[in-house]
Amino acid sequence: MLEKLLEIKDLSVVYHTDEAHVYAVNAINLEIGARETIGLVGETGAGKTTTALAILRLLPEKTGHITQGEILFKGEDLLKKSKREMRGIRGAHISMIFQDPMTSLNPTITVGDQIYESLLIHNYEGKPRDELYKRVDELLELVGIPARRRKDYPHQFSGGMKQRVVISIALACQPQLLIADEPTTALDVTIQAQVLAMMYDLKEKLQTSMIMITHDLGVVAQTCDKVAIMYAGEIIEFGLAEDIFESDQHHPYTTGLFGSIPDLDIEADRLNPIEGLMPDPTALPCGCKFHPRCKLCMEICKTTLPPQWHEGDHMISCHLYSREK
Amino acid sequence: MEILLKTINLKKYFKVHKGLLHAVDGVDIEIQKGKTLGVVGESGCGKSTLGRVILRLLEATSGEIYFEGRNIMKENPRGLKKDMQIIFQDPYSSLDPRLSVFELISEPLVVNRVFDHKGEMENRIIELMETVGLAERFINAYPHEMDGGRRQRVGIARALALNPKFIVCDEPVSALDVSIQAQVLNLLMDLQDQMGFTYMFITHNLSVVKHISDEIVVMYLGQCVEHASSRELFKNPLHPYTQALLAAIPKAKLGIKHDQKIIYGEVTNPVNPKQGCRFAARCEYCQQDCLAGSISLKEVEPDHFVSCVLYK
Repeated sequence: MLEKLLEIKDLSVVYHTDEAHVYAVNAINLEIGARETIGLVGETGAGKTTTALAILRLLPEKTGHITQGEILFKGEDLLKKSKREMRGIRGAHISMIFQDPMTSLNPTITVGDQIYESLLIHNYEGKPRDELYKRVDELLELVGIPARRRKDYPHQFSGGMKQRVVISIALACQPQLLIADEPTTALDVTIQAQVLAMMYDLKEKLQTSMIMITHDLGVVAQTCDKVAIMYAGEIIEFGLAEDIFESDQHHPYTTGLFGSIPDLDIEADRLNPIEGLMPDPTALPCGCKFHPRCKLCMEICKTTLPPQWHEGDHMISCHLYSREK
Repeated sequence: MEILLKTINLKKYFKVHKGLLHAVDGVDIEIQKGKTLGVVGESGCGKSTLGRVILRLLEATSGEIYFEGRNIMKENPRGLKKDMQIIFQDPYSSLDPRLSVFELISEPLVVNRVFDHKGEMENRIIELMETVGLAERFINAYPHEMDGGRRQRVGIARALALNPKFIVCDEPVSALDVSIQAQVLNLLMDLQDQMGFTYMFITHNLSVVKHISDEIVVMYLGQCVEHASSRELFKNPLHPYTQALLAAIPKAKLGIKHDQKIIYGEVTNPVNPKQGCRFAARCEYCQQDCLAGSISLKEVEPDHFVSCVLYK
């Protein structure tokens, strides 16, 4: 077992709005070892991004509240850190790649200076300017952009190139943990394949751990060692990539997700989607959160929270499995 | 089989600062009645422009469009709207936020003066909502009160309101979550079975297009590079670009990590394109012949057309 880099214990996040409380993340537990890649999969509103923002303490200050839990990074609780300490951690130890490269770069600053900014903020050894710019050139070359484009502005780059710039900013200070929030969703498939391959190589080279947030099971299969499937703010299934993609035992939601993707190798007439919609996070159903959409729903599912079933690393939180025991 | 729609050498150029942008450059397609033609390609390949030119939402630079055997290039585009409709990509921006579901669906009926009595129109709207699987309780809801899947159903109901024969679906599911995406795809296929619609399905997602299409056209920089039946195209992709596209889809299976072929480079500029094959700059099989002259679609196997010098 690799040493634990990040440990999330019993984390809950609630957004308080004027009308209602939105229960975005509900008591999740997650461990990430050094050099591991974990896929966080789920649909819109499953709480994937909220989890990532909670780790970085970037939740909107007035509305987002962490109501319980601990986030241990190398043994230290991030939730107890001061704002100043957090600023030292963000970008240097944990950094994030946002979904949309078109909006996450500043259009009025050259890309070189945007990478330089991140180096400058964490320049604790007081390295001279020239040395930092040399590092900027190195970083650009690392993500496959010629260093001579350092003085170009974001609008002069294509979408795939912009995402490469964003990645180089995230990697600038060699963080131990990289959180990638749907890094390739906004890109075309051929460009997505290029960026994913590059991220995989860089991660191996730099020995970074990664949390890959995505709704695309294909991307997960290509990049992740472990997978956590989220639904309505809970992790309903967790396991090694083999457990998720090759085992026959799944949470009904996971089965539904797989049924929703058209398979290129199988001739099927109709897809088997999950009926219904995501539950309203301001009024989550009792018992199992998935029961109103579940084809295998039993009486007990409507009232009681499902227990966790374990087999090796594979965890499923569903009443179907606890019965078998 | 009856051919519902046919284009001959259809071109649409846009004048831009640096010259002519060849958005659609000599496309010939045929769609049979009651079938679905999938149009696939990456952003900027001209697939949406093609859809709009066919509906005459944009005027073609040159070329001809035949609908039910008659040349519609010279007809008044207003008259075509009853037969040809479009479902837009983004259910968040394609609906007027200030109109309720009732008003949104009634708009095409009112504009075309289909009903004389309001009661008849109401019945039709309720019937349409039922067809697309929208509960009647949403009739007075506004777009912001609904999620993406339901909004897209409103978009579909609007397109169906006039009983069209031909519907252009411009990325109708790409803004939706996977589980909702599958619901909408099933709905579109059920509607086709029941009412015999003909679809032109524009998408960048190959797995979706395979699922829904009978025939597929692959576009690259305004040109059609490969055209075959859906089954044939996926079993036996011939054009290097089609092969690369297929290889680039991340598959939800293990054990195929990183042995895939990746094409390098990006889509080049469609402004004043060079002669020869437009994919040549990214193609690993590029030879001298690729850079000279124009390369046209050739039937290399029965009903399988490719524009590539590798096949003669």
